[in-house]
Amino acid sequence: MADVKRIATRQSYGEELVALGAEHDDFLVLDADLAAATQTGRFKAAYPDRFVDCGIAEQNLMGVAAGIATTGHRVFASTFAMFAAGRAFEQVRNSIGYPHLHVVIGATHAGISVGEDGATHQCNEDIALMRTIPGMTVVVPSDDVEARAAVRAAYEADGPVYLRLGRLAAPVIHGDGYRFEVGRGVVERAGSDVTVVATGLMVSSALEAAEALAAEGIDCEVVNMHTVKPLDADLVAESAAKTGRVVTVEEHSVIGGLGGAVCEALAERCPVPVRRVGVRDVFGESGPAVGLLAKYGLDGAGVAESVRSFLR
Amino acid sequence: MTNEELAKIAREVRKGILVGTHAAKSGHPGGSLSAAEIFTYLYFEEMSVDPRNPRDPGRDRFVLSKGHCAPGLYATLAQRGFFPVEDLETLRHIGSRLQGHPNMNDTPGVDMSTGSLGQGISAAVGMAIAAKHWGDPYRVYALCGDGEIEEGEVWEAAMLAGNHALDNLCVIVDNNNLQIDGTLDEVNSAQPIADKFRAFRFNVVEVADGNDFGQLRGAFAAARACEGAPTCIVAHTVKGKGVSFMENQVGWHGKAPNDEQFAQAMAELEREA
Repeated sequence: MADVKRIATRQSYGEELVALGAEHDDFLVLDADLAAATQTGRFKAAYPDRFVDCGIAEQNLMGVAAGIATTGHRVFASTFAMFAAGRAFEQVRNSIGYPHLHVVIGATHAGISVGEDGATHQCNEDIALMRTIPGMTVVVPSDDVEARAAVRAAYEADGPVYLRLGRLAAPVIHGDGYRFEVGRGVVERAGSDVTVVATGLMVSSALEAAEALAAEGIDCEVVNMHTVKPLDADLVAESAAKTGRVVTVEEHSVIGGLGGAVCEALAERCPVPVRRVGVRDVFGESGPAVGLLAKYGLDGAGVAESVRSFLR
Repeated sequence: MTNEELAKIAREVRKGILVGTHAAKSGHPGGSLSAAEIFTYLYFEEMSVDPRNPRDPGRDRFVLSKGHCAPGLYATLAQRGFFPVEDLETLRHIGSRLQGHPNMNDTPGVDMSTGSLGQGISAAVGMAIAAKHWGDPYRVYALCGDGEIEEGEVWEAAMLAGNHALDNLCVIVDNNNLQIDGTLDEVNSAQPIADKFRAFRFNVVEVADGNDFGQLRGAFAAARACEGAPTCIVAHTVKGKGVSFMENQVGWHGKAPNDEQFAQAMAELEREA
């Protein structure tokens, strides 16, 4: 996919906030001294009076967002995934989740593709944390098109939404006519031998793997599960019933994230063998993002090898 | 209302606190009783609220950041007419809308769900920011405990409030000098509280007797008159105030009166009337 256009979903987020701002003045954007990195700086530049920098204080960031939401206005709260879902977990749970307030958490720099900053900043636990909160919607866009659609869907939602966004430029795999609906997975590629359920940046890796495997006679069905919660369990069960084997792929711990969610659904609906591909209960490390994805088996070649070994 | 009329209501609020915690066989009477005058003054004198329209977008907001003192808030809301006083007997019961800590979606008049300490003040700051941004004239009040303010999030919130000069925000610290494990000094005191809030760019008003309506009246007037800075009212109160055997007793932070203690406490309040 060398000639494909690449855009980081954090950039899509920042740009779509600006576009939303041109249409609506009923929301504020908050950040925690990371506006340049999360790309909310684009919104700040366009609408400085609708932007509040809460400083390096993520617990308060979430509480302030909750307070704004109680007044009936909308709000986006942004910081890195590590601090949004990790440091401020309990604020998100108690101040946003429990009252079911419409706060959109724009969490960027998720996963190991953060790269050089290393393990302290590579949040591989946020999907697991966020999806345990009752009423929380968890969306992990795979590319620019999906991220923009997700920002708009989150703006229109009526409860809390966790948008998981990446730092690394991601291949743009969807066209302008792509239809995004929260909670509805997308069959990106139909197949009959194995179901590969992927989310976020890993949808590209899964599609790349499917291409390589097709040449070897392995026919993968690739499901883009952009919404991890509520999970499209119907689609997972339906595809699993057809192929009989499921591989999950996520740039996240194999514990509690997409793999966990898919296993929970399949255990109750359609028990089949599953291979969970992701970060295997270890901390990350520093290095260029692309190199790290390869090292941790999360690039196209790595995913292909996992599928191959699973089917052997 | 006169101070005497307010005092009469505060007595009923105290009774409601005892009724609720006695019926629940749990809950937090000590810090609810210390703040009875603060609750009463806010809901009967200071704030613009309408019990018939609890979600009125123009209403003043109150956030009980020390959410465990829900019995005090509920008793006050009931007195103010947000729901029947009889409901207080359902406190903490299964299916009751009076949860152990306030839930804004269950209870008419509750503006924010709170209970995990340190979080309510952040929500109040958010409300005040929203009011300023959209040009709404309502005011926002947050009641914190003097133990609660050991939470770091309180100071994150205070920093933002001070830097944004949120003069539509009034934080009240119920300074009763007791927390669960002992006095503030025995645990990890946040004193000097007034100096700390001043350092965070607050207008600070100290109230020598926070159980005195005359002094509270002056403090809230000063808060309302202040422009260009949020106000913190540090109210020196007595934990367990109004019930002789609960006053200044650390053990009454989170314990309900038994039948005998309940009868004695109610009798004391009746006698006072």
